[in-house]
Amino acid sequence: MMHREVIPRVVAKLLIPFLLLYALYVQFHGELGPGGGFQAGVIVAAAVILYALIFGLADVKRIVPLRLVEILVPLGVVLYAGVGFAGLAAGGNFLDYFVLDPDPVHGQERGIFWVEVGVLVTVSSTMTAIYYAFAGRGR
Amino acid sequence: MIADHLPALQVAIPLLAAGICAMLRRSVPAWALATATSLVAAAISAWLLARAASGGPISYRLGSWEPPWGIEYRVDEANALLLLLVAGIGAVVMPYARRSVAREIAEESHPWFYASYLLCLTGLLGMSITADAFNVFVFMEVASLSSYVLIALGRDRKALFAAYQYLILGTVGATFFIIGVGFLYVVTGTLNMVDLAARLATVEDVRPVVVGIAFLSVGLGLKLALFPLHYWLPNAYAYAPTVGTAFLAATATKVAIYLLLRFFFTVLGPSFPFAASPIPAIWIALSVAAIILASIAAIHQAGIKRMLAYSSVAQIGYITLGIGIGSEAGLTGAIVHLFNHAVMKGALFLLVGGAILRGGDMNIDALGGLARRMPATFAGIVIAGLSLIGVPGTVGFVGKWLLASAAIEQGQLWLAFAIVGASALAVVYVWRIVEAACFRPPSTEEFAEMPISMLMPAWILTALCIYFGLDTSLTVEVAGRAAALLIGGAAT
Repeated sequence: MMHREVIPRVVAKLLIPFLLLYALYVQFHGELGPGGGFQAGVIVAAAVILYALIFGLADVKRIVPLRLVEILVPLGVVLYAGVGFAGLAAGGNFLDYFVLDPDPVHGQERGIFWVEVGVLVTVSSTMTAIYYAFAGRGR
Repeated sequence: MIADHLPALQVAIPLLAAGICAMLRRSVPAWALATATSLVAAAISAWLLARAASGGPISYRLGSWEPPWGIEYRVDEANALLLLLVAGIGAVVMPYARRSVAREIAEESHPWFYASYLLCLTGLLGMSITADAFNVFVFMEVASLSSYVLIALGRDRKALFAAYQYLILGTVGATFFIIGVGFLYVVTGTLNMVDLAARLATVEDVRPVVVGIAFLSVGLGLKLALFPLHYWLPNAYAYAPTVGTAFLAATATKVAIYLLLRFFFTVLGPSFPFAASPIPAIWIALSVAAIILASIAAIHQAGIKRMLAYSSVAQIGYITLGIGIGSEAGLTGAIVHLFNHAVMKGALFLLVGGAILRGGDMNIDALGGLARRMPATFAGIVIAGLSLIGVPGTVGFVGKWLLASAAIEQGQLWLAFAIVGASALAVVYVWRIVEAACFRPPSTEEFAEMPISMLMPAWILTALCIYFGLDTSLTVEVAGRAAALLIGGAAT
């Protein structure tokens, strides 16, 4: 923990908002360019881990508690599967995005959007959980 | 309307339930959800088998994308029987799980255990139902990763080592499998199994296909624990929690065997006949080695779960022997023995798990006094043990009989002798349990019969050992039609 190191603390505080913003860019630009839920999820987790490295595990767990992380891991899977069931509910087959909107092309976009949100949630929280597990060892 | 979507729901419901189960964070609700899901999955699989038997193969387009571009789920009698087996074993094991898991696993890990079980169920059902070769790999990873967790949650610290061993070898197996699929994809440009079978017939450069077949054989051989590749299995089964052992022993290797049948006969069969390749000779040699050497290894084990694990390697040898014989009769025997072995090994692991829980020791010597103090458990072990030997009137006999007659039909009398001879070895290791249970002095203080919630599921499987030994209409007839379907290729 670097409580007295001014430069890393200030730099981290400056960086983290931009890291999160960049993650959102990668997330929502995924359908048009390189990127998507997995990459964005890793960047979100990188922001959390950077915070933990500079300010310590105890501080980061106040902001992102382990309980929350452990709920987010399966939540992403449920979101993904939920999109599949939404296709069923809308009268199509499982994971059918065409029926999610009157315009089938827009339906595809909508389906992929929510699937990618599910991926973001699971990947970012899994990365965080792995970091917590390693950083918390031997305490 | 909902009936049209049952192939997707077969896999999707356990997947969704796994996610919800992990969010519940309480033991009893997680168990209730896992049990309810298993029962629903078993009901769906029974319905699918009935419909595939009466109306022919069912095809389902995931995401409404046309095959061969999209992922297709395809249910015929071969995989419907397997779906019923996997989901059925899940439905029987789960009611047993509550008391057993409460004893063996730390309270805070219970929801993770049930979530891993549901993910494993999802993966195994997905591997069975899908007709897309890459999708098989995805579900194989889902099933494998969750089974590593199931094993690692065992209460002995060696469980971690066993899970790690399985992780390394399982990953090698899955990687070889996907490399094999990759070679087939290179020459055909398709991943749909029906389409693959059609396009392989027109392939001119066969070398990549031959390399692909080699990778597929070794990869699946690792997954199904064929004799020299079985190294991961004894530790994994010995140190996993009882419920995990019973579920995995009855289902995981069986699904790998089904994939082997599917690839060798449906996908490759029409253009690369199995019988014309050098594989059957290798396969038969390894299977006979598995039957004899693993049976001998089983006799020498001190731990009871390890002994049953080696017995599993031997029994898998019987199944692969049927595949090696390669005729329709051989495949029928293999499929029947696959089904029957799942039932009797599931029963044995559940019964023995209960005995270990009461006796507190994994060694066979510690079973002293079992016959008097846990008579119902002991009676079950004897019946399932007789079935393992292959005594007439039990399921074990049906499978071995079909395999031996298939061998004789092919003029390979020595294989029939190997099958019968190895049964004598099974007598020795089953007798060791009976001897310890009847004649050894009790080693621990008072212990009584298993609670009824654990005894019932174990006895349902034990009763099935006898039921399917006498009434073979479900197993032998469906297996016979499934074998004809596999050999007939994907033309239907």
